[in-house]
Amino acid sequence: MKYPFVKVQKEDFDLSTEIKALRTGHKDIGAVVSFVGTVRDINEGDDISVLELEHYPGMTEKALEEIRLEAHKRWSLQSSLIIHRIGEMQPCDQIVLVAVSSRHREAAFEAAHYIMDYLKTNAPFWKKETFPDGSTRWVDARVSDKEAENRWQKSASPTQ
Amino acid sequence: MLDIYYFASFREILGQSDEQLEATQYTTVSTLIESLATRGEQWQQALLNNTNLQIAVNHDIASRQTSLKPGDEIAFFPPVTGG
Repeated sequence: MKYPFVKVQKEDFDLSTEIKALRTGHKDIGAVVSFVGTVRDINEGDDISVLELEHYPGMTEKALEEIRLEAHKRWSLQSSLIIHRIGEMQPCDQIVLVAVSSRHREAAFEAAHYIMDYLKTNAPFWKKETFPDGSTRWVDARVSDKEAENRWQKSASPTQ
Repeated sequence: MLDIYYFASFREILGQSDEQLEATQYTTVSTLIESLATRGEQWQQALLNNTNLQIAVNHDIASRQTSLKPGDEIAFFPPVTGG
């Protein structure tokens, strides 16, 4: 596998299994931080019945790997993993997992936050919502997501 | 040849997901866009007069100034909304 710590898949994932794999072979891990993104049943005030995730095969994996490696440059991390689902999902389904391990908690907390913020604005995924009446809408990019990314460019020296 | 891909709302608006074009006459992304924009109003609005246009060349984010060569893969898409 080209990027073993990046997975773009239709299948659901199991948090415990993934974290166990992330910790395997590391006796120096003192902290694991994970973030799971899930499908909301309401967006912009409208009921959502289906959320479809489209992506750009090839570029997606590369972009996620670049974000992951940049996090490893900025913080002292032991291991990290990004899983992003594609295809059709329903409300309450898991969409995305970011898990990071480090010796001390600060690095893992910050790196997980960083990876999610960059994933939101740099990985080529697009969401399309289907409403109960069958009509659809492409989700617009949020200004707040871009602001969240920009925050990391201003931040001073990261916690090691 | 150039491999060109359109994603998400662009794929729907332009009515196709991908195509191949002869590479020789397109030296930059900009010259390619100007040529595609002559196909009609949808193309003009999506590619030429769209400040939100995102461009990738060979899986890296690119700009209108990025130069092109035979065999390049170019993608046009709206701002990303994953996560």
